[in-house]
Amino acid sequence: MRTMLKTGLLTALFLATAAAAQEPPPVEVDIVGGGVKSAITIAVPAMPGSAMGRDIAQVIASDLRSTGLFTPIGPGGIGTYPQEQAAAPVFGEWRSAGASALVSGYVDQRADGRVTLACYLHDVTAGRALGNQGFTVAASDWRRAAHKCADLVYSRLSGQGAFLDTRVVYVAESGPKTNRLKRIAIMDSDGSNHRYLTAGKAVVTMPRFSPRGDRLVYTGILARKPRVFVLDIATGQERLLVPGGAITFAPRFSPDGRRIVFSWANNGNTDIYVVDANGGIPQRLTTAPGADTSPSYSPDGRNIVFESDRSGAQQLYVMGADGSGQRRISFGGGRYASPVWSPRGDLIAFTRIAGSFNIGVMNASGGGVRILTNGWQDEGPSWAPNGQFVMFNRIARGGGSSLYAVPIDGGAARRMPTPQDGSDPSWSPLQS
Amino acid sequence: MRKSLILGAAVIALAASGCARRTPPPADIPPPIDQVGPGGETVAPGDVELTELPAQQADMIARAGSDTVYFGTDEYQLDQSARATLAAQAQWLLANPNVRASIEGHADERGTREYNLALGERRANAARDFLASQGVPAHRLLVTSWGKERPVAPGSNEEAWAQNRRSVTVLVR
Repeated sequence: MRTMLKTGLLTALFLATAAAAQEPPPVEVDIVGGGVKSAITIAVPAMPGSAMGRDIAQVIASDLRSTGLFTPIGPGGIGTYPQEQAAAPVFGEWRSAGASALVSGYVDQRADGRVTLACYLHDVTAGRALGNQGFTVAASDWRRAAHKCADLVYSRLSGQGAFLDTRVVYVAESGPKTNRLKRIAIMDSDGSNHRYLTAGKAVVTMPRFSPRGDRLVYTGILARKPRVFVLDIATGQERLLVPGGAITFAPRFSPDGRRIVFSWANNGNTDIYVVDANGGIPQRLTTAPGADTSPSYSPDGRNIVFESDRSGAQQLYVMGADGSGQRRISFGGGRYASPVWSPRGDLIAFTRIAGSFNIGVMNASGGGVRILTNGWQDEGPSWAPNGQFVMFNRIARGGGSSLYAVPIDGGAARRMPTPQDGSDPSWSPLQS
Repeated sequence: MRKSLILGAAVIALAASGCARRTPPPADIPPPIDQVGPGGETVAPGDVELTELPAQQADMIARAGSDTVYFGTDEYQLDQSARATLAAQAQWLLANPNVRASIEGHADERGTREYNLALGERRANAARDFLASQGVPAHRLLVTSWGKERPVAPGSNEEAWAQNRRSVTVLVR
């Protein structure tokens, strides 16, 4: 901390980030709850210029706290400042308040009814500006402007990509286990703006976003058959991916959004197929006897990771996008399931089954397994668009199901706010 | 739309007949159509709504002993008890040729969601194959999987899981 004060906040943070980015250990390591970082104390006072300035600061503070990297001060308990000080704060006052960094700014209510949020980040310790940006949104979308301001702060101070201005789709659950009501719901990644996308007639599972975040694929059990549906979020229009009664499930979009890869079960054998996202004849990618499922593309679209029990138990395999060169990448204790390729391409998140069910990550080339969680049954990982967090489904023994997010380089899993039980989360791409 | 309905029904019939065994999907499947209302409130085009038959179901259970067979953890082989139950179900089905059966595989909660859908299909398929081997025409037997979505026993213990690893013969029209 003494070093931080001398060299300035940003330098100290870059050092911390560089240390965290070192190669993971070659052996299997359990880092549950480990890797605790010292959080940065950041002042987030109410923004002048509008009555919504306090709410905006509240959202920014809440976003920053959720990353695990910050201890926000304010907006409650601290005062605001004159608008002209947004770009030129009185650093001494914020140092006295105990802050190392400051988010300042102001809200401009424009004549066209929209609002502009001017967002400034300052290194209080070194007494200098670190960046600023303006975000103009419809007045009703003021939370999005706050998320974008928080993203500016997070990415400037962590060196990582933005991920706070995102949404989450998941399956909202209610009712008894033997007759569960399941509906697809969508919300901002902080839990606000929650709404349901399906009404509950079909048993719905595993919704996943398209790369642009405008469509979903999911598996719905309707007319007694599990089948893949494509849903347009804005219009609610849906269609069956593969017409007829074929049992299809576990769909995901390709990174360019043009194809959908999925599983097809027939005559006791489940294989992976790919089809144009607009329809057409599915192409078969795997033929091995056994359950080949949970396909997920690499971000460059060239490879697909999937799980198969062709060796006798669930393990992870990688193949070319045309099905060529299938090779196993998971070894070691336990079974491995539901792999998802990181948006950065370097890691694969998975569910490991070894007594309990845990979420872990490994190198896409194999090895470097790190187990991140320790629930009774944690499954179904989904990456944040910056590749730094994984959201998953935690089921308590004999109890409810909820959504959690865990940082991949250490730290506790954080429960996501949902109005009722939730499962099968999918994190959206960063909104534009 | 009329054409798509007919084609869709043909695809279902093909799948039900079992003649698409381990081959790529038929080449004549129609292009998808925008159809379903928000939230899957209607069935997909070409779907035949399957109606359960409670009176016949009760009669089959009374005469065959059970409509359900059970499986070991992560297994889909039929044991002797399961084969005896299915043989009795087959006798009932042969004596009642005007109903069809949806063979519905289920898994316990201690598996991942995707894998359990595949496992449920394996279990239903094993039961279907046995019923067909007893002379029940394949076109009367539909196969589906509920994965872990519809347990009968709500507990989180071995006793409940053993009840949930099952294939149920659901009579439908």
